[in-house]
Amino acid sequence: MIRVLLPLPVVLPLLAAGLSIMLSRYQRLQRLLSVVTLAGVVVIAAVLLRSADVDGTAVVQLGGWIAPIGISLVADRLSALLLLVSALVLLSVLLYAIGQGVADGRRAPVAVFHPCYLVLAAGIAMAFLTGDLFNLFVAFEVMLVASYVLITLEGGAAQVRAGMTYVVVSLLASVLFVTAIGLVYAATGTVNMADAAVRLAELPEGIRVALGLVLLVVFGIKAAIFPLFSWLPDSYPTAPSPVTAVFAGLLTKVGVYAILRTQTLLFPDEKLISQVLLVLAILTMVVGILGALVQDDLKRLLSFTIVSHIGYMVYGLGLASGAGLAGAILYTVHHIVVQTTLFLAAGLIERREGTSSLRLSGGLQKIAPVLAALYLLPALSLAGIPPLSGFLAKLGLLQAGLEDGGRLAVAGVVAAIATSLLTLYAVVRAWSEIFWGPLAEVVPVVDPDDALVVGTKRTPRLMVGATAFVVLGGLSITFLAGPLYDLTARAADDLVTPSRYVQSVLVPEASR
Amino acid sequence: MTGNLTLALLIGVLYSVGTYLLLQRTLTRIVIGLGLLGHGANLLLLQAGGPPGAAPFATAAGAGTAGVDTADPLPQAMVLTAIVITFGVTSFLLALAYRSWVLTGDDEVRDDVEDARVSRTRPEATEPSHVEDEL
Repeated sequence: MIRVLLPLPVVLPLLAAGLSIMLSRYQRLQRLLSVVTLAGVVVIAAVLLRSADVDGTAVVQLGGWIAPIGISLVADRLSALLLLVSALVLLSVLLYAIGQGVADGRRAPVAVFHPCYLVLAAGIAMAFLTGDLFNLFVAFEVMLVASYVLITLEGGAAQVRAGMTYVVVSLLASVLFVTAIGLVYAATGTVNMADAAVRLAELPEGIRVALGLVLLVVFGIKAAIFPLFSWLPDSYPTAPSPVTAVFAGLLTKVGVYAILRTQTLLFPDEKLISQVLLVLAILTMVVGILGALVQDDLKRLLSFTIVSHIGYMVYGLGLASGAGLAGAILYTVHHIVVQTTLFLAAGLIERREGTSSLRLSGGLQKIAPVLAALYLLPALSLAGIPPLSGFLAKLGLLQAGLEDGGRLAVAGVVAAIATSLLTLYAVVRAWSEIFWGPLAEVVPVVDPDDALVVGTKRTPRLMVGATAFVVLGGLSITFLAGPLYDLTARAADDLVTPSRYVQSVLVPEASR
Repeated sequence: MTGNLTLALLIGVLYSVGTYLLLQRTLTRIVIGLGLLGHGANLLLLQAGGPPGAAPFATAAGAGTAGVDTADPLPQAMVLTAIVITFGVTSFLLALAYRSWVLTGDDEVRDDVEDARVSRTRPEATEPSHVEDEL
C-alpha cells in the first residue's frame, strides 16, 4: 500500500500539470483539477506521515532497481512531516490565488499559472522524498523552473529585473550543485545518499569536510543563509502575492531541509562544519533582521525576516544534538506556516491599500478589523510571543542551546533573543504604520494593465478564508505542541542515528 | 582513480572564464558565462566517472566485462540530464534578457530600486511614526 502511495505526491501533480495545460481554455475545470490534486496530496502525505511514524521509514526503489543502483524514494518522519505541512500550505495558497483570480475576472493570472503551480508542488514533494543526490538536483530544477515562470508571471519591468537576479543566482547554484555531485561521485562512486553515507565515512576527514562545505554553499544559496541571501529580498517582493507567499513559506525551507538531510546523513559528527554552521546561523539572524528594520515596503520587510529566521533553523542544526535538531524541525514547521500567512495577509493589505509601502498606508484597522487580526496573530507568532507557535519553537531551540553550553551555542542564544526582540520591533512598526493612525487614501492603480489589480478595495471571501485557514493552522500548532514536539523529537532521533536511514534504504525489506 | 590532465586543465579554464564573465554587468556576458560554467561542471562530472572504455553494454559478443574495461555509464546519463536542464533554463534566461532589452532598451543588470531608496534615506529625513506622535 505504502509502496504505491509513496511516489504519488510527485506523480499526481505532474500528471495533473500536463492535463491542466490541455484544459487551459476551461478555467473552472483547471481550478477544480488543481484543488482536487493538491487535496489528494494532502491526504497521501498524512497517510505517509502516519506510516513513517508507526511502521518506520518507508522506501520505494523506482523501477525495481535495488539500491544503490536505482533511485530510492524515502519517507522518514522528517520528510513526511515537511511534505504534509507543505501540501497543506500549497493547497491554501492555491485557494487564495483562485479567490484573487476569480475576483479579478478577465485579468486573472494567465492560464499558465495552474500547470506551473502543480509542477512546483511536484518538485517540492520530490525534493523531500528523494534519497538520491542527483535526483535531488533534478527535484530542485523542476521546482526552480516552475518558480522562474511564476516569479515573472506579470512580465513587467520590475518583475523581469527581479526575475533575472533570481534566475541567474539559482542557475549558478545549480552549476555548483552539479560540481558538488561530480566531486562526491569522484570521491565515493555513488550518488545514492545512503550508500554515499557509508562510503564517505571511510574517506579521510579533509575530503569529507571539503565535500560537506561545498554542499553547504549550494544549499546555503537556496536557503538564503548569510552571506548568500541578498538575492531573496531583491526578487521575492515583486511577484504576485500568492506566489511570494508560497515561495517564502516553502522554497527556502526546501534548502533548509536539504542542509538538514545532507549534513546529518552524509557528514555526521563533523565538529568543524557544526562550528561553521553556528557562526553562519548567528550572522544570518542578526544581519537579516537589521535589514528588515530599515525597510519601507511591507513585502521587503517580511522578506528580510525570512532570511533572519532561517538562522534559527541553521542554529538548531549547528548544535548537532537531538534537542537542537528537534527544535530546528519544529521551527521549520512553524516558520513555513507563519511566513506564508504573513505574505498572504500582506497581499490582502496591498489589495485594500493599493500599496505595500508603510509610508503611504495608515488606519486600516478602522475599515478592515478582520485583516488586522489576520496580520497581527502570525506577526506576533513570528516574533515569539507566548503562547503562539513561534514562542514554543524558539523555546525548544534556546533550551537546546543552553543545554549545549558551548561558547558559540550561548552566543547563539543571545543572538536569537535579540533577533526575536528586533523582529517584534519590525513587525509592530509595520503594524502601527499600516493599521493605526489616520486612514490613508486608497492609492489608485498606477498601471491599468497590471495582471493583478491592487487597490480595488474588494477582498474576496475566498482569499480571506484561505488566509484565516492558515492562521488557524498556525494557532493549532500551539494546541498540538505536545504531540508535535514528540514527533519532531523522534524525527530528530532518526537524524542523529543515520544508520537507521542507511539500513532502511540499503537492506532489502525481505532480509530485515 | 586516474584523471585526464588535459580535461582537468580545460575544466579549470572553463570555470575561471565562466566566473569572470558572470561578474560582468551585461546580461549577454552573464548568459555566456553561465553556459561556460555549465560546460565546466558537466566535464567535471564526466571526469568523475573515470577513464574512458568500451561501450557499457552487457553483451555476449564480448564488448568487455562490466566495471573492468567499460566506461562508467552513470556520469554520462547524469551529464545528459544536466545538459538538457541547463539548455532549457538558458533559453528561458535569453527570453528574459530579450524582454528586459525590450522594456529598458539595454541589457545591463539594473540596480535594486528599493535598495537604493533605503540607502539614500537618512535617519533625520524619515517621518516620525504615528506611535511617536501619540506618545
